[in-house]
Amino acid sequence: MAEDIYEPIDQDVHTEPMILQMGPSHPATHGTVRFTLTLEGEKIIKCETEVGYLHRGFEKEVENSTWTQVFPYTDRLNYVSPLLNNFGYSLAVERLLEIDVPPRCNWIRTLMGEISRLSDHLTCTGAAALELGAMSAFLYAIEGRELVWDLIEEVTGARLTVSYGRIGGLKDDLTEGFEERWKYTKKRLFEIREEIGQLLTRNRIFLDRFQGTGVLTPDMALSYGYTGPCLRSTGVDYDVRKDHPYFMYDEVDFDVPVGSKGDNYDRYLVRMDEIVQSIRIIDQCLEKMEPGPINSDDPRVMLPEKEKVYNTIEGMISHFKIIFEGIQVPPGEVYSYTEAGNGELGYYIVSNGTGKPWKIHVRSPSLIMMGGIHKLIEGGLIADIIPTFDTVNMIGGECDK
Amino acid sequence: MAKKLIKFVKKHFEDQVLDSHSRLGNDTVVIERDRLAEIVERLRDDEKTQMDFLRAITCVDYMHRDPRFEVVYVLYSIEFKHMLTLRVVVSEDDCKVPTISHLYGCAGWTEREVWDMYGVEFVDHPDLRRVLLYQEFEGHPLRKDYGKQDAQPRIELLSRERDSVEEFNVFVKNKPAEGSRDN
Repeated sequence: MAEDIYEPIDQDVHTEPMILQMGPSHPATHGTVRFTLTLEGEKIIKCETEVGYLHRGFEKEVENSTWTQVFPYTDRLNYVSPLLNNFGYSLAVERLLEIDVPPRCNWIRTLMGEISRLSDHLTCTGAAALELGAMSAFLYAIEGRELVWDLIEEVTGARLTVSYGRIGGLKDDLTEGFEERWKYTKKRLFEIREEIGQLLTRNRIFLDRFQGTGVLTPDMALSYGYTGPCLRSTGVDYDVRKDHPYFMYDEVDFDVPVGSKGDNYDRYLVRMDEIVQSIRIIDQCLEKMEPGPINSDDPRVMLPEKEKVYNTIEGMISHFKIIFEGIQVPPGEVYSYTEAGNGELGYYIVSNGTGKPWKIHVRSPSLIMMGGIHKLIEGGLIADIIPTFDTVNMIGGECDK
Repeated sequence: MAKKLIKFVKKHFEDQVLDSHSRLGNDTVVIERDRLAEIVERLRDDEKTQMDFLRAITCVDYMHRDPRFEVVYVLYSIEFKHMLTLRVVVSEDDCKVPTISHLYGCAGWTEREVWDMYGVEFVDHPDLRRVLLYQEFEGHPLRKDYGKQDAQPRIELLSRERDSVEEFNVFVKNKPAEGSRDN
């Protein structure tokens, strides 16, 4: 019998788990993270994650800058959706200052935040497709992201590092003709979403790679602190925008898409649905928004008008003090949280009553998700790491602070 | 609803509560550290609280205050949508807090981050290593007495193979790998 020939060989073969280093710079993953995998055949039995390759000392750096100077640093946390970080930070400081911003400011924050979320979801979906070999889906997604970034560029003046938020307001109002451009972008975004959907959603190869891989159960997701699309894909409908509305989210009508299985495919579907919801929110914002001031009139936080600075001594002193000494935030501490592209972005802020923050802690969703990613990877194959890592959407800047 | 959680902690662990307040929508309880894990477990498992989600663990260094550090836990309940901040004061000489990594999965890494940045030791943590910085880093950078421009000693990378499979094997199995040079 043919099988008998192999029997003695099988018994003699000495096997032991193999160790494979994956990353920190791996061609099929974006972001610098290193997995030390222990393999049994092609099955992963143990995964050690190591992060920190992009550590810039965000939390140390901000302790040495004034409250306003923190904005450029927050841009560089999640660099795919910097506006959401900006606004999350503004909101936290405003809570500590106990000031309110005008309604138009809140409308613009809601609107621009959703535009940023679009860019986040499009990038994530596109990159996931690319790393599985679907180049054309990636190009469609990137076209959508370019359109979104064009809008952001028009309003903020920059594409990536926008620094658009301010404490108590915004840098600028929306530009004229924004609505016209948005109409075009919206039409194109629906087409792009449709096209990506046609390329991927019922694609056999894509389904094989995505369905049933990187499975997350609701209990595990909660225990490991997963938030955002990853948590919602497991069926838990926790969304800060819905559960604890901030800005104008309680005035707009939107749904929270949830999945059921918690695998990569569900995370992809949740993101695709959130694109539609974001577009809905933006439409409603533009509809309901009314002209008005965009900045708070609180003299503690807002720079005086240039005319007053040049012509009155009070104006000049106020300008000088805000620029040099920084906004004086009353002592206290607050934990403020918003829904960013990848999950709950929290700022724990401590002030000692001076112009510089005593401490700013960022609860960055990516870092916490990396702490539990071994649960998604272990038990799977090496090839499953690629889609899992993509749909978790770890952003290096945010993860490594 | 706001002060329900503070009352809950006070009712069940009266002798452990040092201070409590509710400000800016954050309910805060300052507690003794010894029974921290027990309190957190009770908050997580009790039907009335169900704090099943640990939002963040962080630490604040109040340089000139004694005790110097304050470890902050932000707990949340998905079911009831309420939040509670627990604070534990730690002195510089006895910089230790009991771990809660057996209660929440994400606490493992967030506690490592606090250890990394502030040097607060989490007793009984299964794997307390640095997470964002490299293991040869000296000091804890987010302490206020660590200068922003402080330099670190140069590491002789060539003296040993830091990222080698051999070292990993030694670390994981406490034995050299098959075919390792050290055999």
